[in-house]
Amino acid sequence: MLEFIRNPWPWYVAGPLIGLTVPALLLVGNKSFGISSSLRHICAACLPANIPFFQYNWRKELWNLFFVAGILVGAALATLFLANPDPVVVHPKLAADLAQYGITDFSKLVPTQVVNWSALLTLRGFLMIVVGGFLIGFGTRYAGGCTSGHAIMGLSTLQWPSLVATCCFMVAGILMANFVLPFLLAL
Amino acid sequence: MSTQVFPPSVEEEIRHQDTMCVNESVIEHRWYDNLKYMAIGLAFGVVFVKAEIISWFRIQEMFRFQSFHMYGVIGSAVVVGMLSVLLIRRFNITTIEGETVVLASKTFNKGQIYGGLLFGFGWAITGACPGPLFAQIGNGASVVLVTLFSAIVGTWVYGYFRDKLPH
Repeated sequence: MLEFIRNPWPWYVAGPLIGLTVPALLLVGNKSFGISSSLRHICAACLPANIPFFQYNWRKELWNLFFVAGILVGAALATLFLANPDPVVVHPKLAADLAQYGITDFSKLVPTQVVNWSALLTLRGFLMIVVGGFLIGFGTRYAGGCTSGHAIMGLSTLQWPSLVATCCFMVAGILMANFVLPFLLAL
Repeated sequence: MSTQVFPPSVEEEIRHQDTMCVNESVIEHRWYDNLKYMAIGLAFGVVFVKAEIISWFRIQEMFRFQSFHMYGVIGSAVVVGMLSVLLIRRFNITTIEGETVVLASKTFNKGQIYGGLLFGFGWAITGACPGPLFAQIGNGASVVLVTLFSAIVGTWVYGYFRDKLPH
């Protein structure tokens, strides 16, 4: 049993568990599943700066910040106590591709050879860490949601605008990963 | 810090623009009631790490069509979410405090296309959506704090230029 928990969980275990977050939040307190809004609440709480978009009672949305804090702590607990002892298994073709750019360490969930503190000062690191993060924050708010709010919550409640958003996420991700990221990694 | 108070209709409109909770509970909650959501987040974070959903490598495999894993995760999550919502509606299941479950509907605007594309680029670069950012930090990748901070800045910049952007 412990063996099963320590090994990477298959999609048919993880997916349904994530899907259950939708009714869990709805039944516990009538909350719609969504994570990127937490970034907006942080802006509203820390630096609203008279911007209308951040002028609302963020205290009513505190639950969302507790939720993301839980994600951080849960991830830390899983890493400390339930860690998979083996490196991440990576598709051989991806591994061969990444090796060209010096990414050979699969022991962590992020490519530490590219994403680390000293890489921040390189063009490649800056683009992948700072610009990448900016696109996540700007894009999700512009789209009104992320993978959780649109792809999971939105599709679960049959909202067609969420389907549009989800398709855009995927199309852009496919273009970036296949046609642009190779050039970024080669920098 | 004072927060401007809007009439309920305006407040609701602002909250509707998001996946925020628009169905205001009449029940007074204390801060520690929020711990329930932290508990759900905790479970969520464990699943994120154990199923390697926060792995940059899994996201690359997804976008390169080299693995079914992430498609299976998102697909089955949507199916379970859909069935749950269906059951909640069908049997009028109420919250644990006896309130009717209210689902906000989203209206279409072009932001879902432009913003969706921009987010997709960021997702493929960082291998993370907003949830996994928090989980990657918990996983020990401390430099992702910078990514998260940058995402907060991105959100703020969007708020600043919101009126000038096509929607």
